[in-house]
Amino acid sequence: MAFALDAKVPAGPIDEKWENHKFSVKLVNPANKRKFKILIVGTGLAGASAAATLGELGYDVEVFTFHDSPRRAHSIAAQGGINAAKNYRNDGDSIYRLFYDTVKGGDYRSREANVYRLADVSLNIIDQATAQGVPFAREYGGLLDNRSFGGAQVSRTFYARGQTGQQLLLGAYQALMRQVDLGKVKLHTRSEMLDVVLKDGRAVGIVVRNLITGAITRHTGHAVVLATGGYSNVYYLSTNAMASNVTAVWRAHRKGAGFANPCFTQIHPTCIPASDEFQSKLTLMSESLRNDGRIWVPKKADDKRAANEIPEEDRDYYLERIYPAFGNLVPRDVASRAAKRMVDSGKGVGPLENGVFLDFKHAIERDGQQAIEDRYGNLFEMYERITDENPYKVPMRIYPAPHYTMGGLWVDYNLMTTVPGLYSIGEANFSDHGANRLGASALMQGLADGYFVLPYTIGDYLSDYLNTDPVPTDDPAFDETVQNVEDDVKRFLDVQGSRTVDWFHKELGKIMLDQCGMSRDEAGLEKALSDIPALHEEYRSDVRVLGSADTLNQSLEKAQRVDDFFELAQVMCRDALNRRESAGGHFREEYQSEEGEAMRDDENFANVSVWEWTGDAANPELTVEELEFENVALTTRSYK
Amino acid sequence: MNITLQVWRQKGPNDRGKFVTYQVGGVSPEMSFLEMLDLLNERLIREGEEPVAFDHDCREGICGSCGVMIDGQAHGPQLGTATCQLHMRKFKDGATICVEPWRATGFPLVKDLVVDRSSFDHIIEAGGYITVDTGSAPDANLIPVPKEAADSAFDAAACIGCGACVAACPNGAANLFTAAKMSHLNLLPQGQAERWSRAQRMVDTMEEYFGSCTNHGECEKACPKSISIDFIAMMNADYVKAKFKNRRLTGQHT
Repeated sequence: MAFALDAKVPAGPIDEKWENHKFSVKLVNPANKRKFKILIVGTGLAGASAAATLGELGYDVEVFTFHDSPRRAHSIAAQGGINAAKNYRNDGDSIYRLFYDTVKGGDYRSREANVYRLADVSLNIIDQATAQGVPFAREYGGLLDNRSFGGAQVSRTFYARGQTGQQLLLGAYQALMRQVDLGKVKLHTRSEMLDVVLKDGRAVGIVVRNLITGAITRHTGHAVVLATGGYSNVYYLSTNAMASNVTAVWRAHRKGAGFANPCFTQIHPTCIPASDEFQSKLTLMSESLRNDGRIWVPKKADDKRAANEIPEEDRDYYLERIYPAFGNLVPRDVASRAAKRMVDSGKGVGPLENGVFLDFKHAIERDGQQAIEDRYGNLFEMYERITDENPYKVPMRIYPAPHYTMGGLWVDYNLMTTVPGLYSIGEANFSDHGANRLGASALMQGLADGYFVLPYTIGDYLSDYLNTDPVPTDDPAFDETVQNVEDDVKRFLDVQGSRTVDWFHKELGKIMLDQCGMSRDEAGLEKALSDIPALHEEYRSDVRVLGSADTLNQSLEKAQRVDDFFELAQVMCRDALNRRESAGGHFREEYQSEEGEAMRDDENFANVSVWEWTGDAANPELTVEELEFENVALTTRSYK
Repeated sequence: MNITLQVWRQKGPNDRGKFVTYQVGGVSPEMSFLEMLDLLNERLIREGEEPVAFDHDCREGICGSCGVMIDGQAHGPQLGTATCQLHMRKFKDGATICVEPWRATGFPLVKDLVVDRSSFDHIIEAGGYITVDTGSAPDANLIPVPKEAADSAFDAAACIGCGACVAACPNGAANLFTAAKMSHLNLLPQGQAERWSRAQRMVDTMEEYFGSCTNHGECEKACPKSISIDFIAMMNADYVKAKFKNRRLTGQHT
């Protein structure tokens, strides 16, 4: 049964759509808001900002996080900044330009109306965060400073040293805790959502496992919001936090929520290269470093000299050479693929020859070490702690790593999934970044969805259910879901196999990185589609999870998450195989120009692929949402 | 490298708990401390022993999830470094390392190396915010903030809420955490309206859970973000002022 997708994009000119929509959606009057219970899963930028705002509006909100505190969500690790079309620099920025850059940066695979709205509310986000006390960088006159970021020719990125995500999340977290203090929001920590409860096709509740006691609890509400982030950890090694996972989103998918563009994943160009087999995760070095750092490799392959011994004439500043207009600030997908080509051609640097140089020598000579320290001090320290090399003296070594997933649950203009009453916000949905996300746009989208979009749009759905009680938790719909969750938890403890969860996760990650990573081809994807189910079967029959389900059991938590990754991985590969074009982060070897640039197929693939669960991860069903571009002309992306 | 670990194992809050010694071979100096614990856990699972539970997440030193006592020092021997950013190259081959959970009454033990730090959230609930409903903010550049004030506020705001300050304190006090969170807001123009009520409420809440500060300064040394105890001085000053100011305001109202 294919989805009947209706994106519900409002009529009218692009710059009036959101305004018109806000006027036309149904409202819930202030006295009635408290009659509606909203369940929010996740407390990152999107979840915390949504919970705080809905609480302020007067809704009865419950929010769930598997962390010990809402402040631990992985938004906290975002470094570089947040975009907003404030045009404080007077360099020609505008809402329209931010919209245009984002659609172009996404390689024309995002929905115009959503992106325009994102650019529009970006202004309010900066105002809101500043009023909350987020300590953005300032000029000596006391006004806000900006820096530039990849994929843009204006300076529109607001930042708080190299810890912008931390400061924005603390702002949202503090706003959330104010609502907890006021009794408007109920907070559940160390609580992992393991399923959505549906009744008559609508989302009416969730089933949650307490990670300390193992208790499975039932929660009912008028609407459910998933703000549970992305799925880069399907690759095992990524820049995501260790616990980041797809489980909440995947379980919703299995209950009928369409999964859009799963193959659109972002490999971030500036991460510290892996140093060995035991590596548990990869560390990002903010893209902002590309403002001052110059990327190069030795001109000839297998050059064993130390970086500082290689004279200028033997260095290839390849991004500046190939892309003179954007130079080191080309978008992430372009920079990542270029680095891969260099390393694949034997020019990789470092002990494992798996990186390229990011060199600050010229910036230090030009601006002085103090200036560089002011801009990136904490990043340089972090680099030194991890590698034991001093980046003021020797160039950093970097290599691309899985970082962000543009794909996610399909949502309409109201951010509702294909399941009525089930919303998805932030990285967990697919809507705004197309096939590639520009730097400093993830924080923007998370907060846009949570502060300024969902709080308006959710009322449109809720107003139809005024004066109806939430479904009681002893309803058979809950009983059935709880039974499934309990069986699932027990299943992994019963296997008593021989290999650890991490062992399988690593193996899955290798397959995904090789076959569905920075570049993909038909043969590799076909191979992955036969290898993954085989490994999954082995996983279910040979994994070893010790301990019990009634105490803190971190292996058991992870066992379930990895099981979901196995299913997701198959749909990702299926999507990558089906999309016979190269677009943004999705690069198919078969579809490239002679110079190795991505070649889109706008005639057949200017669309969103939305996958539907059929009970078998190997055979999902595809429905397509055609994308219409009325404002931005589809051109070949050129950063030359 | 070969390392001998003495790890605190405790099944739950009501279990007695004990140190268990493990030999860990095949440790690379490039490993982080937590990757070394991963290595141990992988082996324990293969051998049929439950792995050691510890909190961790971002492994970039920013989420504040991780943190253990390493040879009696919160986050171990390297200054300004969270446990996840500590690397095995800082230890000698053949070393014996003692690993314990945070030890403080304000952080009840959950299991092995995991403790409950929800008391920190309660301190934030008690005024650790600026009241500004979404949508009501003026243009961001309407209020200039002197760069020095913004920088100073940032230094305080860098706190990751890991709890090392409490674990390092002989009194189990949370003054550095509370002071950092409070000063971040009290230093900014946006935070002035609620400054005095914030000072009083946050300190009063802190005292419900934690011990008292006697200026040992251990917290500053243990802090992975090197947050200065000057903020504690500022908090104390604000608390005293708040006592007068809040009383005067009360008088005006009644």
